[in-house]
Amino acid sequence: MKIGVITFPGSLDDRDAIRAIEIAGAEAVSLWHGDHDLKGVDAIVLPGGFSYGDYLRAGAIAAFSPIMTDVVEQAGKGMPVLGICNGFQMLVEAKLLPGGLLRNAHQQFIRRDQKLRVENTNTAFTSHFAQDQEIIIPLKNADGGYQCDAETLKMLEGEGRVAFRYVGVNPNGSLNDIAGLTNAAGNVVGLMPHPEHAVEPGFGPNTPEAMRSGEDGLPFFTSVIAQFATAA
Amino acid sequence: MSTIVVEVMPKAELLDPQGKATTGALDRLGKGQFTNVRIGKRFELTVDGPITDEIRAEVQEIAEGILSNQVIEDVVSITYPEAD
Repeated sequence: MKIGVITFPGSLDDRDAIRAIEIAGAEAVSLWHGDHDLKGVDAIVLPGGFSYGDYLRAGAIAAFSPIMTDVVEQAGKGMPVLGICNGFQMLVEAKLLPGGLLRNAHQQFIRRDQKLRVENTNTAFTSHFAQDQEIIIPLKNADGGYQCDAETLKMLEGEGRVAFRYVGVNPNGSLNDIAGLTNAAGNVVGLMPHPEHAVEPGFGPNTPEAMRSGEDGLPFFTSVIAQFATAA
Repeated sequence: MSTIVVEVMPKAELLDPQGKATTGALDRLGKGQFTNVRIGKRFELTVDGPITDEIRAEVQEIAEGILSNQVIEDVVSITYPEAD
């Protein structure tokens, strides 16, 4: 199975995403924002970073890049797409997910190991979690405050589309502690925290067992890989 | 050559963290009579030639579709300094 990772000008975590995909057991394929070529991948990761320096709005200019027309088209046909941090902002700007992301309520960049609750396990990237499982993965962003209108919020909550919710601390003023969303079909998932930074012992968040041993990000990638293993 | 000015503000009902931080700074400087600050964006677009109806329609489209995100922002004004 091939998972593409798109590099935009200002992407930072594209290499980390590639590494996470390989550790999870799939082939990672580097894709370029200026191309119209998804190189036959089965799924896509939009990585974190500060594409175009967050100019205009975080993720906005990247969302208008050439390859995103192909991503939107394939997402509409059911291809799994995971947007992490800046990638989540792109998904929102590309209108694959509803709402918008504002500057953090306290106006500061934040980096912490963040506890989340997985509230929807019927998506392409969450099937390897248990319902309401609590996980810890790194969070690091400036514009992570999720906002949408009251009607959209009611729809998201009613349809179970809040896939991830912050637990303990709401780090950025997000409505209803929303950390991540899925689309109605479950193939497009976006979240502010970074699963790709918690896939390998020695480099993840601290756990009660050992320092830097957290691997709670790995199931995001194994979930989507398993979906293709059973399909094939 | 003509200029078009588009102004975009965060929606009134949403927290504007930049404005809030600036309000706090003014208060600390003894300028507490300014009880609220909201910060938006001003875009100055330039086109060759005069402002036509076609240009106005295009400006409306990009103001709402690209220059602002209607979920979190409003286009509060579009002005044509030379034409109006």
